[in-house]
Amino acid sequence: MKTYYNPEDLKKFGTIGELQKSMADKFFAYYSEVFAEGALTAREKSLIALAVAHALQCPYCIDAYTTDTLEKGCDEEQMMEAVHVAAAIRGGASLVHSTQMMSKIKEISM
Amino acid sequence: MKSLKAQLHSLSDPKVEIDVLEQRHPGGSENDFQSYLERIGLFPLRPTSLEIFQVNVGKMCNQTCKHCHVDAGPDRKEIMDRDTMALCLEVIRREQTLNCVDITGGAPEMNPDFRWFVTEIRTIRPEIKLIVRCNLTIILANPKFYDLPQFFKENGVEVVSSLPYFTAIRTDSQRGDGVFGKSLEALKMLNAVGYGVEGSGLILNLVYNPSGAFLPASQTGLENEFKKKLWERFRVMFNSLFTITNIPISRFLDYLINSGNYENYMEKLLASFNPAAAAGVMCRNTISVGWDGFLYDCDFNQMLELKVAAPSTTHLRVWDTDGLSSRPIVINNHCFGCTAGAGSSCGGATL
Repeated sequence: MKTYYNPEDLKKFGTIGELQKSMADKFFAYYSEVFAEGALTAREKSLIALAVAHALQCPYCIDAYTTDTLEKGCDEEQMMEAVHVAAAIRGGASLVHSTQMMSKIKEISM
Repeated sequence: MKSLKAQLHSLSDPKVEIDVLEQRHPGGSENDFQSYLERIGLFPLRPTSLEIFQVNVGKMCNQTCKHCHVDAGPDRKEIMDRDTMALCLEVIRREQTLNCVDITGGAPEMNPDFRWFVTEIRTIRPEIKLIVRCNLTIILANPKFYDLPQFFKENGVEVVSSLPYFTAIRTDSQRGDGVFGKSLEALKMLNAVGYGVEGSGLILNLVYNPSGAFLPASQTGLENEFKKKLWERFRVMFNSLFTITNIPISRFLDYLINSGNYENYMEKLLASFNPAAAAGVMCRNTISVGWDGFLYDCDFNQMLELKVAAPSTTHLRVWDTDGLSSRPIVINNHCFGCTAGAGSSCGGATL
């Protein structure tokens, strides 16, 4: 069955340089620096990535960072809490706009 | 749950396991373990010096863990007898380069001659590091085992115990229902006699291995997390955490194939091949002895029935130090498990 997303494509991520090498090289160098141990631990960064993956609903990223967080020693509870952080921000981002709606209601109502 | 052997499962036959490891290997024979070693000048892999004598005293166990590379369980009857143990003692007495005797199983304590063996080793080599790989729940399995912590203490045994995680859900999913609770109880009994307690000199190390088709986390980071969580939640103490990579043989191989993870897991091991870890694999300073006295390069080769490739000896009856020290170590694609990332050995990460 043909689908838009194929899990095998994730393994080909590194080949994007075939069409634009210098930008891809810069991106991957940047990417690996971002995820290295720094002021945040690699484990904390992996949990952030897992949450962002869910916010963006990127299936490749969800596969990659589910595995990566497990390999960084995170447990299911921590991983699900990270996803709730993403969900809370997404939900909050919608709800906070309701203040604009409320202002507009006031503006055009008697 | 029955062992693969009791189920008459095809993967209880080492020839079938090796066939899977060779025929379904990602990238084929050009990317097999031998070719990886050749590329870094390590083939044939040779021993360094003999330091660890690992004795598998039998496959009988009170647990049937899903990932067990021994395919151990209550239905396994292979047990080392006292005559074979006596041959082990001869080697331990003679080989002065040995600095560690590592007793494993199954649940080694279920061997009727286990206590005799431990006591004899301690008598002939009072200074040697003596490890018992205790699955914890055995201590509570029968009143006759309740005094094991005291027995370990009296014989200066270093206890190494598996605890896949500090939560019941992950531990029980791998080791069986109720194992986490019993393991904690056993850990408290070990703590009570001084094991894992700072300054006691009694060493209690834990083993973490991933509960699935992924690699272990960094040993130091996970050790800190385990220490914090086990103390805060359960008031349990231990010394060090060993992270061990699951090797794709026996029940873990069965799991990988059934869950559709085999190819991806092997690709991950290959992609994580680390030359420094390859140079430090534990088979280079270890001899592994099977329940029937045959000699192997490691416990995994033992389960695959890949005996040492020394022309002069494959059994304790004909121990030949020189022949063993010049042997080529037998390898196959399961060895990628020990060379991935920070390396893996019975003592945890190697780097």
